[in-house]
Amino acid sequence: MKLAELQHTFRDWLVEADETAEWRLGGGPGTAIYQNNYRTALMGCLGENYKRVARWLGEEAFEAAAARYVDAHPPTSWTLDAYGERFGAFLNRLYPDDAEVADLAAIDWAVGQVFVSADAEALRPEALAVEDWDAAVIRAVPSLRQIAIASNADAIWRALAAEEMPPAANRDVPAILLFWRQGLEPVFRRAAAHDLDVLAWSAQGLGFGPICARLAETLGEEAAVSAAGTVLGQWLTEEMVASVG
Amino acid sequence: MTATSPDRLTGFGLGMRREHYRAYIEGTAPVDFIEVISENFMIDGGRPLDTLTKARANYPLALHGVSMSIGSSDGLRGDYLARLKTLVDRIEPTVVSDHLCWTGIDGFNSHDLLPLPYTEEALDVVCANIARAQDTLGRAMLFENPSSYIAFPGAMTEWEFLAEMARRSGCGLLLDVNNIYVSAMNHGFDAEAYLAGVPFGLVGQIHLAGHVQGEHLLIDTHDQPVPAAVWALYRSAITRAGAVATMIERDDNIPELAVLSAELDLARTISAEASAARIAA
Repeated sequence: MKLAELQHTFRDWLVEADETAEWRLGGGPGTAIYQNNYRTALMGCLGENYKRVARWLGEEAFEAAAARYVDAHPPTSWTLDAYGERFGAFLNRLYPDDAEVADLAAIDWAVGQVFVSADAEALRPEALAVEDWDAAVIRAVPSLRQIAIASNADAIWRALAAEEMPPAANRDVPAILLFWRQGLEPVFRRAAAHDLDVLAWSAQGLGFGPICARLAETLGEEAAVSAAGTVLGQWLTEEMVASVG
Repeated sequence: MTATSPDRLTGFGLGMRREHYRAYIEGTAPVDFIEVISENFMIDGGRPLDTLTKARANYPLALHGVSMSIGSSDGLRGDYLARLKTLVDRIEPTVVSDHLCWTGIDGFNSHDLLPLPYTEEALDVVCANIARAQDTLGRAMLFENPSSYIAFPGAMTEWEFLAEMARRSGCGLLLDVNNIYVSAMNHGFDAEAYLAGVPFGLVGQIHLAGHVQGEHLLIDTHDQPVPAAVWALYRSAITRAGAVATMIERDDNIPELAVLSAELDLARTISAEASAARIAA
């Protein structure tokens, strides 16, 4: 057998447990060991990347879901860290009436991504020195990201992470969660009143002055400046800002 | 571009595992070098890279990969090589290594070290892939003999394949003594004959580890102390090799650092005894 054919046959055995492929590889206990290694590594990876989902569902239900995911999603990345990227969407289809399950998965995944995202020194509040506020653009730390949830999965996640009794699922409290890293520690919270607008406008390159003007369209000028200042002050305190200028 | 010869690690080391990070960051672990799994640190930033950077300040480092897949018939992944190059440039390891195996094909990655047939065709593929990797990194690499549970018909033995691979590609060898033992038991070849065929002048590092007896075959689990049979084979290998950097790989069921350190002392003793015996001879 040519090398490429052998390798495709091996893949068929690992992914599909194809008996013809097993026979072509010689069969015997060795082929079973590779099959077991393959599935064990992927199941273990999902368990590691989705610890809070596993705690919420319980071992049996989680393993059943993980096994179905492994069947449906052969890994494609060179790193196991990337395995399970679509597990949240998969769980959403598996548990269509339990929004908190997919939400918990989204939080687990986001925390993992933030944990290894690019480093940046956060701007300390006392180091803020801006000459031209009109043109000053707020740049968030590179770890910052947002996800939408439909439930109180954030409260459930925190309780599970602390190994405390989680609250009952409430599937009608949607939110946008902000994730970023304070030093080396991932953190997240629900986005507050003007967080998302100011983030979006800053990402578009708008300076602080134009952002105040945009807020003034709904808040009035005085309240807009106050709101924008409050948002920036909170972000600085929370180590969410890399630079202003 | 011709890859330069690999730098040499010396002494006795351990795989740096999470349970012992503090000792490596503080520089109190009694080892001459450390080894980490490359892919765990091929990331943008955060605590893992911060830990590795601090440990690297205290110890020479070996980057040991598990996903290069030098036996893949469809070649190496450019995104993988680019990430590895970034890490190598950032952390400046003494040694960069991977395995004689394949892990993926056509975008599929098994995340396991899968066996190759030891054929001329496979040798051509492996050498072409090593050339690309070494050109990208601008340095020679070490490649490790795998443990295996299937053996395919081939034109040469594993040790003949390794020797020819190193001769053609300019890579060095990472000799895993436990893997030789496991494969010898599983496939019924003579481990001493294997050692007799290894070009020891090209061996830049030696791995030691433990295994378990499965229902039918030995399983390379890295979750047990190095067993007596592997120590005996190490004595034979280090007698042939001379002073070669040696380390213990313990990936699971990880004991206290003092326990691993005591185990590493046995490697030091065996190496010293082998060196004395060579001098006496």
